[in-house]
Amino acid sequence: MSQSVGINFKKSSIDALVAGFLALILFGPIVGVLLDGYGFSAEFGRVAWMVAIVVVGRFVMSCFFQTEKGVAMAFRYANNDEGATVLSPNHKSKMVWIIPLVILVGLLVPFVASKYVLTVVILGLIYVLLGLGLNIVVGLAGLLDLGFVGFYAIGAYGLALGYENLGLGFWSMLPIAALLAAFAGAILGFPVLRMHGDYLAIVTLGFGEIIRLILTNWASFTHGPNGVSAPLPTLFGLEFKRRSKDGETFHEFFNLPYDSAYKYMFIYLILFAVVWAVLFIKHRLVKMPIGRAWEALREDEVACRSLGLNHVLVKLSAFMLGASTGGLAGVFFATYQGFVNPSSFTFFESALILAIVVLGGMGSTLGVVIAAFCLTVLPEMLREFAEYRVLMFGILMVVMMIWKPRGIVRVTRTGFAARKGAVK
Amino acid sequence: MSQENILKVENLVMHFGGIKALNDVTFDIKRGSVSALIGPNGAGKTTVFNCLTGFYKATGGKIVLSAAGKETSIIKVLGEPFQVSDFFSPIAFFGRLKYKMFGGSHLVNRAGLSRTFQNIRLFKEMSVVENLLVAQHMRVNRSLISGILNTKAYQKSEEEALERVFYWLGVVDLVDSANRLAGELSYGQQRRLEIARAMCTNPEIVCLDEPAAGLNPSETEALTKMIRVLRDEHNTTVLLIEHDMGMVMDISDYIVVLDHGEVIAKGGPDDIKNNPKVIAAYLGAEEDEEVTL
Repeated sequence: MSQSVGINFKKSSIDALVAGFLALILFGPIVGVLLDGYGFSAEFGRVAWMVAIVVVGRFVMSCFFQTEKGVAMAFRYANNDEGATVLSPNHKSKMVWIIPLVILVGLLVPFVASKYVLTVVILGLIYVLLGLGLNIVVGLAGLLDLGFVGFYAIGAYGLALGYENLGLGFWSMLPIAALLAAFAGAILGFPVLRMHGDYLAIVTLGFGEIIRLILTNWASFTHGPNGVSAPLPTLFGLEFKRRSKDGETFHEFFNLPYDSAYKYMFIYLILFAVVWAVLFIKHRLVKMPIGRAWEALREDEVACRSLGLNHVLVKLSAFMLGASTGGLAGVFFATYQGFVNPSSFTFFESALILAIVVLGGMGSTLGVVIAAFCLTVLPEMLREFAEYRVLMFGILMVVMMIWKPRGIVRVTRTGFAARKGAVK
Repeated sequence: MSQENILKVENLVMHFGGIKALNDVTFDIKRGSVSALIGPNGAGKTTVFNCLTGFYKATGGKIVLSAAGKETSIIKVLGEPFQVSDFFSPIAFFGRLKYKMFGGSHLVNRAGLSRTFQNIRLFKEMSVVENLLVAQHMRVNRSLISGILNTKAYQKSEEEALERVFYWLGVVDLVDSANRLAGELSYGQQRRLEIARAMCTNPEIVCLDEPAAGLNPSETEALTKMIRVLRDEHNTTVLLIEHDMGMVMDISDYIVVLDHGEVIAKGGPDDIKNNPKVIAAYLGAEEDEEVTL
């Protein structure tokens, strides 16, 4: 520990003791009492460990923040709740180097990673899509949507039911599901988008639940809670099953032994391409008139109307584009699971997607990608702590909102070089 | 007649529940003039503005805007209630239905009238340039496909929009602040940016709600010059609400005085200065009454 003059050890010790006491109150009942049938046993050791970690951690932190470096750091963090920064006109993004690297690594993943890792990454990418979709609605247009999972469900069930009833495969359902979800977004949006803030949030919350209840209760069409199976994608008609009724299978065509990892590799590659396409479109949209209109609407709706922007249509376009991205994610989810049932589309999913957007930073594409991976891949890595997952999740949210209320990545705005003015 | 007057307000009535905010307000605004709407606090000036710009739906009366080569009834584009006769004439029915579903104050702006606000309403988290780009939404290439593919036509349209942005930034003297956030600007700069933003929608008449409020004398003088530029170089009609009498008398060609929701006087600055009713309204005494202390 640094022994610089300014450290007040008495203050640090008091801080540590207070933190330890709070930790005792918090962890005591949760960790210290182990239910055993009708009785319980007290586990003092575990509590003592946790409290000790908290006390030592708080002491070290308190000392650190009294050193020069710590003060500087605290100052830096205290100032970061200010808004976006405008880049200079000749700013060169480092992304030019990072993106090709990420694409290269991403293309290598399916060939080196194990099947389990691959499935986790696929799930991560699906949540990236969902996050990007909701980011348009919440981050850019500022419409709080708590029923986003409804569009996800429409995409997933679209694939499953489209295959069962109409014989449509993955490739035809991919665009159709996006359109279906956009259409659902329009139907929901048109009557309710005249509402603001909290009212809109409640209506969308209701919408998400209605979709889930329809899927559960319309048993003759959706098979209710039993769920429906969904088809796998095909590569120019080659199927990824072990054996095919009609048509050829992938491993027979290429004379390979059957491996169930092939289908995940293939899904991963398509999903990877779709995510990049969506990222590109999103990147263009924010620079286009429609993206500017969304952000303007988030900032001030009255001013938007006074400038001739039809606020209902602007909101509707955000809702539809966001919903169609959610629909795409749903199709991938269904084909990846091979099976969908209503329990995948609960309110908790909506909350998770919203958390991705808020944690990542409203309106920030990079932040959403990082947050989506964190919130889907971390729980998989921490399988041993599965029971504490929601607790961890809550703590993470609280900590993030205190330290970085504007999300992981701060929003930057494009700068424009000055030019000669002219009116035409 | 319609060519001479850009805006005709006839018997405008606005009630909020039992409160009669406006009672039979009638005035015309001449094309190419600078007109002012004045009156004591609570006289209904901002209510008139909100009716003109479509933010309130007037209870009764007529507002006709003749701009962009056509006459627009501002009350109609906000969406009127259905009448019995509509159910016999499909054309009238669908016309009304269209405005009921898609109508609103944005149509007033598209008809050629733009406004600023008494309490500044900029897009604070967007840059100054972006504020002015949003205002040109109806003039740029909004096609999704050409925007995503970044076609030549799209780039050209964006470049023209940026040129207009920098032209207006030059007029309001904000070129140096082009890449700052609108919320970071000083109060006077924000006022000027809001006027530039209103002008970027290419209006024929611009309504300024207390543009000089909170400005110091030299800033007010600069504003006066700017309003003259709007009128002389861009043929824009200006209608303003203002409490700074020096400025109002200086730039206005025509003044409408409101008190208690009624027009008590209209005419040139000199008529208004000496009008006993106006003096009474501002100083709070009737001519024939003795003021006792």
